[in-house]
Amino acid sequence: MGRLRAMLGTTAVRLSALYLALFAICAVALVFYVTAISERMLRDQTRRAVAVELSAISEVYENAGVVGLVRAVDRRSRQPGANLYIVAMPAGEIIAGNVASLQPGVLDTDGWTALPFRYQRYGSGETRNHRALAQIVLLPNGMRLMVGRDIGEPEQVRGLVRQALMMALAIMFVGAVAIWFFVGRRALKRIDHMSEASKKILAGDLSQRLPVAGSGDEFDRLSLSLNTMLGRIERLNEGLRQVSDNIAHDLKTPLTRLRNRAEAALTDSHDGPSHRKVLEEMIAESDQLIRTFNALLMISRVEAGSAAAEMSQVDLTGIAIDAAELYEPVAEEAGVSLTHAIAPGIRVTGNRELLSQSLSNLIENAIKYVDGASPARIEVRLETDKAGVHLSVIDNGPGIAGDKREDVVKRFVRLDESRSKPGIGLGLSLVEAVAALHGGRLELADAAAENAAMPGLKATMHLPGPIA
Amino acid sequence: MTQAFHGRAADLSTCEAVTEAARIDGMKILIIEDDLETAAYLTKAFREAGITVDHASDGDSGYFLASENPYDVLVVDRMLPRRDGLSIISALRAKGDDTPALILSALGQVDDRVTGLRAGGDDYLTKPYAFSELLARVEILGRRKGFRDTETSYRVGDLELDRLSHEVRRAGQTISLQPREYRLLEYLMKNAGQVVTRTMLLEHVWDYHFDPQTNVIDVHVSRLRGKIEKDFGEPLLRTVRGAGYMMKAEG
Repeated sequence: MGRLRAMLGTTAVRLSALYLALFAICAVALVFYVTAISERMLRDQTRRAVAVELSAISEVYENAGVVGLVRAVDRRSRQPGANLYIVAMPAGEIIAGNVASLQPGVLDTDGWTALPFRYQRYGSGETRNHRALAQIVLLPNGMRLMVGRDIGEPEQVRGLVRQALMMALAIMFVGAVAIWFFVGRRALKRIDHMSEASKKILAGDLSQRLPVAGSGDEFDRLSLSLNTMLGRIERLNEGLRQVSDNIAHDLKTPLTRLRNRAEAALTDSHDGPSHRKVLEEMIAESDQLIRTFNALLMISRVEAGSAAAEMSQVDLTGIAIDAAELYEPVAEEAGVSLTHAIAPGIRVTGNRELLSQSLSNLIENAIKYVDGASPARIEVRLETDKAGVHLSVIDNGPGIAGDKREDVVKRFVRLDESRSKPGIGLGLSLVEAVAALHGGRLELADAAAENAAMPGLKATMHLPGPIA
Repeated sequence: MTQAFHGRAADLSTCEAVTEAARIDGMKILIIEDDLETAAYLTKAFREAGITVDHASDGDSGYFLASENPYDVLVVDRMLPRRDGLSIISALRAKGDDTPALILSALGQVDDRVTGLRAGGDDYLTKPYAFSELLARVEILGRRKGFRDTETSYRVGDLELDRLSHEVRRAGQTISLQPREYRLLEYLMKNAGQVVTRTMLLEHVWDYHFDPQTNVIDVHVSRLRGKIEKDFGEPLLRTVRGAGYMMKAEG
């Protein structure tokens, strides 16, 4: 019962009902129109037949007088058919014809009776009334002649048409109910599936997706766009979860260390220089924490796409040259030769600061991990081809083993297990997020694949573009 | 940044040179900050640096004080009770008050800084910050008030920089610099007598608004130093420990 009520409440059912009502109104109007027309046609036909008959009888009267007329009428009255005849005295008394009685007043009219009238046929034994149309002529001697025709036939046609109409309406109703049932139930079922899936999602299972039937209809399109939305929410949520995990795991440790130092300094009886040293260490430690915090926040904001608003046309060539130039002295001091091969005039749609910072991260990483190679070399390369723009930092250091490349992009993952190098393990995560924000990706590859003389890591940001 | 970031004690003791300059200026600033502990710390630290400080703890009274009194610099927290920092600055700008304003904010992302500067802020510093960084910036802003940089050349001691021909000479001898070295020197000389932090150099010379982890700036400064000081007597480009650099002639 509840199901029926739910179905009656569906849009499909309401729409079908509305259509049904509209169709019914149209059908009724059409049928009325058709009946009216056919009725008029039949009446015209009747009148024509009556007129022909009348003129024939009038001719008899003119030739043979009243006696001939009465005889002719008598003869015609005996023939079967729908024709009616009356010859009446001026007072109204019927002297010949096939009509026993008729609606009073009909014989007084001159010419066509305006409306069908009732009469009773003579000698037929039938007592029920018939309806007829007739023409009445006043003869020169004061007698009246009426010639008419029963219109039972057209009435019958009208009845038939009405019946057909009722039939058609009944079929339409049955059809509409069937459509209600199938369309409404189908729609209802799919909506039920969608709301079931939504309930699961609401309960916290963001991996659920709305069902897509594959027909490409409105429901599918709705499901698809909702699914895209869910995917995005899931990613954001995942990012958020990761940040809170990071806070729990990776920030707790330095915070604990910080606290321990303060505690140790408190219990330390030596004042002065040693306290000062501890304080300085603590500040350095908090700096590191703050930097970690900022980097985490920045990554999640970039991942959430909120920096996308600040996109503009940027000179990637300039960005690459600036970064290479900024780090060149640092590299040199670290005993690394930093060269660049930067294609001129490359512009992309992007965020200058994020791109600069990403490239800085890649260069800093290269400087940090290139050691061991002799002579150590780093190349900053910007090139473009059909696939887009490629901004790479290539080094001849130890590189990253194939199976580790996916890991290093994750937050707080550092290959340097001893953690002897400075860094927090967020650099590549940011680069990846920035590349994704720009519609591109970060690729870590073996540099030896293209140049055996530079066996190391080739970190490339593949970006769409360039702008012509 | 690590080097630039020191504790209170370290800050206050290593900024003597700055303090001296500030005292002569008799600078007066307004701090609009709702966190009372931070405000008390800043007030004390600025006073020790010889700067007169007024403090407002909410947006409305901050706006009132800023519009009633002449200040050299406004230090405005971005998120304040009653009225946010950006609206104070834009309201002041709207009525023609161009007192330099430094925005302090916990929000440090690219777009936040851009909105801050668009609202009329002159500088933007993300919390947490080293006091030495804040002090250096406030002093440079304070000196900038009512000062149009129309000079065509800078001079510190016997070092000269011609801003039209981009020529640098020391004791009459031409020194050839790379374009970036020239800009670095120009910024340092423009702010001669003031502490310039590493972050400020990154922002103004490289237009980078993030902290590289390596000591990039130090390397560039030491290269520059090599060019302008090698073979010349008096050192002009000094390192201010725990803060940054300063161009200053002896005496």
